[in-house]
Amino acid sequence: MTAIAISLIDVTKTYLDRTVVDRFSFAVKKGECFGLLGPNGAGKSTIARMAVGMTPPDAGKITVLGAPVPAQARLARASIGVVPQFDDLDQAFTVRENLLVFGRYFNMSTRQIEAVIPSLLEFARLESKADARVAGLSGGMKRRLMLARALINDPQLLILDEPTTGLDPHARHLIWERLRSLLARGKTILLTTHFMEEAERLCDRLCVLEEGQKIAEGRPQGLIDEQIGCQVIEINGGNPQELRALIKTCAQRIEVSGETLFCYSSAPEQVRVQLRERTDLRLLQRPPNLEDVFLRLTGREMKD
Amino acid sequence: MWENYAAVLPANGWNWIAVWRRNYLAWKKAALVSILGNLADPMIYLFGLGTGLGFMVGRVEGMSYIAFLATGMVAASAMTASTFEIIYAAFARMRDQRSWEAILYTKMTLGDIVLGEVVWAATKALLAGTAIAVVAAILGYAVWSSILHIVPVIALTGIAFASLAMVVAALAPSYDYFIFYQTLILTPMLFLSGAVYPVTQLPGNVQQMATFLPLAHSIDLIRPAMFGRPAADVIFHLGILFIFGVLPFFVSTALLRRRLMS
Repeated sequence: MTAIAISLIDVTKTYLDRTVVDRFSFAVKKGECFGLLGPNGAGKSTIARMAVGMTPPDAGKITVLGAPVPAQARLARASIGVVPQFDDLDQAFTVRENLLVFGRYFNMSTRQIEAVIPSLLEFARLESKADARVAGLSGGMKRRLMLARALINDPQLLILDEPTTGLDPHARHLIWERLRSLLARGKTILLTTHFMEEAERLCDRLCVLEEGQKIAEGRPQGLIDEQIGCQVIEINGGNPQELRALIKTCAQRIEVSGETLFCYSSAPEQVRVQLRERTDLRLLQRPPNLEDVFLRLTGREMKD
Repeated sequence: MWENYAAVLPANGWNWIAVWRRNYLAWKKAALVSILGNLADPMIYLFGLGTGLGFMVGRVEGMSYIAFLATGMVAASAMTASTFEIIYAAFARMRDQRSWEAILYTKMTLGDIVLGEVVWAATKALLAGTAIAVVAAILGYAVWSSILHIVPVIALTGIAFASLAMVVAALAPSYDYFIFYQTLILTPMLFLSGAVYPVTQLPGNVQQMATFLPLAHSIDLIRPAMFGRPAADVIFHLGILFIFGVLPFFVSTALLRRRLMS
């Protein structure tokens, strides 16, 4: 058995005349959490769809769990669990029935499915909702049910398309905690997200995407150290051009995005000294994060 | 290209059953309402037209008009039940509820889903058509033993119209387009196939058209059976219905692949 769960080599996908994914390559090792990080429209979902054989690439080679995709995608899907971005739970059914019906799509017998349902409900913290209609569940519960549903075939690999988009912070943290428990059990995860925090918390390695192209790849902290490597002061208020002139001597780099000026400096206290007279400004000093990496590489913020 | 198409065809002979069972489980929850709804419409037509027009028409092909109409209604209700299941319920599962997408992430192929939906629609057609035949038999308009013979024909009629409707559903951007299929294809077919009056009432060249209509072949099999008469050209009629079941199935699967998996 190879140690690679997913491999994409020079994969290209074009819709009409728009290239959504452009000669994209990456490899996900077994047991790791790999993130595809990028703004909406960067091609993350298309890559996730191609990896399960839902969309054929125009060029390039995809191998998932040893099977060529899309030709043998069905073989690979037997050991994959997918959580799509949009709620596609069966509204006609209860929580338990959703799991039962889904298990049959993996050729499981009713008895086999009923044997795993209790542990899935426990995993999703939905024991008390087993016989509740899906329509009445909260957003967080629905997402946890989709996660439980993706685990019904005991997959080695999970593909999660924006698993916490649209959830409140509490629900999001619960999903993160559940995903970490899956990683601890040795599952491999491919995750798409536009949340920096999510990528930093969960991913062992990640790719940063923009307009279908890979603009950086590595460990989250490694990328941050390599691309930024100093403190960040966010400055709000005032005229960005004027401020830039004021602090440029004590900053490695300055980026302006919207109304915010990002000052990257190994000597943040000197920046503060320069600006001490300016009581009209709001200053926030923080360690660098992936958002800064994205801003550095693309010249714009990832926030939608 | 062909390799990708082959990958979406039914993976085996039994995967579709999982899709069928999903629909059965959902249907079971409201079975009574569904059966009554399916039966009410054709029954109202049968008694409304059958008794009302029956007085004016007298006997048709040696039978009372209501008995004649009942045989047409068996086939027609199979056609409607099957069509509506696909263009409304299955279309909703495919487009609005994204259920098919969820299923495509499993061991099922697109062909398995389409086949499961088609067989399910045919199951509903079977219920609707058989129910009318049973009512007709109870009222003495049909021969009881004929029901055994017409059950497979009703099922095949259901498969044919489900397959055809699947092509329409694969092409339709929204529900609004289904009205064209209903008014321009299905309703004329009802009249051209001899469901409500014998096709011999129509001009010769119009009669010829019936050869190409699946409903006509269904009626040509069901009507004599219910009257307890031997049917002619059984293999030919079954063959045409079979072709209408199979060809559109493959066409719709190809169209749906383009729609959902491009």
